[in-house]
Amino acid sequence: MSDTPEPRSKVRTWTRRSFLATAGVVGGGLALGLTLSPNRLKMSDDSVATGDEILLNTWVKVTPDNRITVFFPHSEMGQGAGTGLAQMLAEEMEADWGAVSIEQAPATDAYINSDLGRGYILGQGANIPAFMYPMIDFAFLQIANGLVGQLTGGSTAIRLTGQHGMRRAGAAAREMLLQAAAAEWDVPVTSLAARDSVVTHAASGRTATFGALAARAATFSPNLKPALKDSAEYRIVGTSKPRLDLPEKVNGAAQFGIDVVVPGMVYAAVALAPVRDAQVASVEDAAALGRSGVRQVINLRDAVAVIADSYWTASRALEEVGIDWSGGQTDLSSAAIRAQHMSDLDTGDMEEMDQAGDVSAALASGTALNAEYEVPYLAHATMEPMNCTVSLRGDGADIWVGHQNQLHARNAIAETLRMTPEQVTMHPVYLGGGFGRRGDMDFVTLAARIAQAADAPVKMIWSRETDMANDTYRPAIISRMQGAVENGRITAFASRYIDARSGMPDSERPFAFQYEVPNRDVARVICPSPVPVGTWRAVDFTQMGFFHESFVDELAEAAGADPLRFRMDHATPRRRAVLERLRRESGWDRDLPPGQAIGVAMVDSFETIVAQAVHVTVSEDRAVKVNRVTSVVDCGRVINPSAAEAQVTGSVIFGLTSALYGEITLEGGGVQQQNFPEYDMLRLSNAPEQAVHFIASDHAPGGLGEPAVPPVTPALCNAIYRATGTRIRSLPVAKSGFWAA
Amino acid sequence: MSISFTLNGTPVSVDVDPEMPLLWVVRETQGLTGTKFGCGIAACGACTMHVDGQATRTCVLPVDAIEGADVRTIEDIGPETPSAVQAAWLSHQVPQCGYCQSGMIMAVEALLDEIPDPSDADIDAAITNICRCGTYDRIRAAVHTAARLRREA
Repeated sequence: MSDTPEPRSKVRTWTRRSFLATAGVVGGGLALGLTLSPNRLKMSDDSVATGDEILLNTWVKVTPDNRITVFFPHSEMGQGAGTGLAQMLAEEMEADWGAVSIEQAPATDAYINSDLGRGYILGQGANIPAFMYPMIDFAFLQIANGLVGQLTGGSTAIRLTGQHGMRRAGAAAREMLLQAAAAEWDVPVTSLAARDSVVTHAASGRTATFGALAARAATFSPNLKPALKDSAEYRIVGTSKPRLDLPEKVNGAAQFGIDVVVPGMVYAAVALAPVRDAQVASVEDAAALGRSGVRQVINLRDAVAVIADSYWTASRALEEVGIDWSGGQTDLSSAAIRAQHMSDLDTGDMEEMDQAGDVSAALASGTALNAEYEVPYLAHATMEPMNCTVSLRGDGADIWVGHQNQLHARNAIAETLRMTPEQVTMHPVYLGGGFGRRGDMDFVTLAARIAQAADAPVKMIWSRETDMANDTYRPAIISRMQGAVENGRITAFASRYIDARSGMPDSERPFAFQYEVPNRDVARVICPSPVPVGTWRAVDFTQMGFFHESFVDELAEAAGADPLRFRMDHATPRRRAVLERLRRESGWDRDLPPGQAIGVAMVDSFETIVAQAVHVTVSEDRAVKVNRVTSVVDCGRVINPSAAEAQVTGSVIFGLTSALYGEITLEGGGVQQQNFPEYDMLRLSNAPEQAVHFIASDHAPGGLGEPAVPPVTPALCNAIYRATGTRIRSLPVAKSGFWAA
Repeated sequence: MSISFTLNGTPVSVDVDPEMPLLWVVRETQGLTGTKFGCGIAACGACTMHVDGQATRTCVLPVDAIEGADVRTIEDIGPETPSAVQAAWLSHQVPQCGYCQSGMIMAVEALLDEIPDPSDADIDAAITNICRCGTYDRIRAAVHTAARLRREA
């Protein structure tokens, strides 16, 4: 990415050598992606390798029975990254895929997903998103605090951990195994070959399994720059290996955070302030404490928790607690926030983001357009409500939580409990959906505070209502855009938009117009949301994608051009190829009956290009039926086509759900939506047919957990426009009188 | 007050608040956590079990309403060899995060018990559970595959 800012100078001066030395200093835990050299093994986590198991490096374990365990430093929240990462490692290792299993790496510094740092150190930093730079700084400069790592988000697993870490870990392991065999048989390494977890010496016909060689292999130093396979020789990468986590997801055995059972455990139900920032004035708890099974009512000032021997008992008793709340932002409302945004756009401090040419002249010369677009707050609404189990012991704490940033969560809990991070042990569990929500610390620190006040291990579970009303929302923002077309070309693009501080860095440039335009003027007003906001699957691309990809349709119309070809005329070759494929696959040029139309949109995010065509039928009474969504994806090399397709089709449902239904509103300082009827979801009956096509590519893998979310909303709205002539500039579609059939 | 019912073929007797929903009785007193809590108002279907063979949302079903009933959970599907539905789920690689899938599978098992070869409209009408990961297209395909596997068995 040419747009990434210069990394901070302190980082830049680090070298691989000093980094490895640093790794030693911090206790050997920091095996940057690739290696934990054997002489540092004893400093690694005892729980990972036991008995006669041998760790070849931090990310792979080979046992004498020839089984291979791949540790992956990401949380499994549905994306199937563990399987894909294992494929990348096994490919380079020449492992027998049938003998490979995966395990989420424990949340200790030993498993920091510092492919980020490593990619940088080895001079491959070009692909590291700049929003990770602060973390790398943290890693490098404050590593002793261990406040980094194991982040699952930003569509990073495959494109960073896999591309920079797993492949090299596998290749280095293979080289060590070959070296072991060479020593064993006293033959040159070059006379040996590895395949399906067996090393063969062709000349003598001797063979040995990886398991048999593992102990000896661990005595060699891993090569930091092992030779990687030619992609033409791939046998595992690029195939639809069944996901390794799925067997236990069809029989109820998969353990999510909410399923954890700790001996002696009690349950907590919590009431959070109904008005933002209100505090508990008084608590009347006699009735609740009188209910059988209730043990405690805890006043945390910003929350009240009921502890009971059952979650249901705790939640019923919570309804019987009389809580007086006082203060808070009672005048906070969606209308007030919107009014603030409008005022900021009129008179706020503008910060220039992108400027080129002379926009005013282009607007005066060509056909000019003005449009104002806006989007609402959105909830993540993971199927598994927020929960966290905390067990305190004399010298530390055990934590079970589905979290996208395990190490950061560990540190936040440690800080809350006034412990050192080393005293806090994180136990990985499956996440019942994440979408960005499970990267936040609010619910884990709350659980820790409740545990401090309780006298037994506590599992805190949020009700759906608590979860929905206390989310870290996708921000509501507004963009005012101007554009001009002349002779079939976009000659100007300008926008003024609200930046509500979702946490996404400028360096990812979601604000940039993705088409070639000579005259540009993009500026923002920073207006931090008064309601907590966070990363919501694809983050700011969801808003900018809707704004820009709707507006470019308006520009196409002004130019009298076909919206798809108009995009192609202004796109880079790689994007153009995606659009052209979409034209062919989606039936774009077909004549459709009245009331039906296809809309198109394309968004390039997380190093992946996705173009989508949405085919709708809109009835006289404005019922929108989404018949079919066609996605064309260039995400570089596809690691696991089946898992990749699932990320795309799932993202389409996620995006359509938001466009058709999604809106969180505030009134009187509180969130008005409580549960699914008010924050509805697509179901089987109105989920569209889908087709997904991948561009065959040798590019390095891009992200795929998020990039198919942003284009589907503008493609839907563009389709509705073509079917009805009504341009949707504010979401959800109900704001324009449409409803989801 | 003691309430008795059959859970996955085994008679059980629980001494709990009679209003406690079956979901929490099974999860907390019987230790079977495969059935999930999603919304608490029977809107999402994550808590679906079979009660006397009917797919039932159990997060709002008081346990005293099922006195004497036959209750079946995801843990009793298979369990030695995957059922047709589970096999179809694996062959289509349906789950993503997996949280809703116990409820989905229980709803589909009940659908196929009632309608061995469901049409798409039958599926739409019967399977109204929410999947936030959006696995619907694979669910639909897997239901048809499961129906075929059941017929061939």
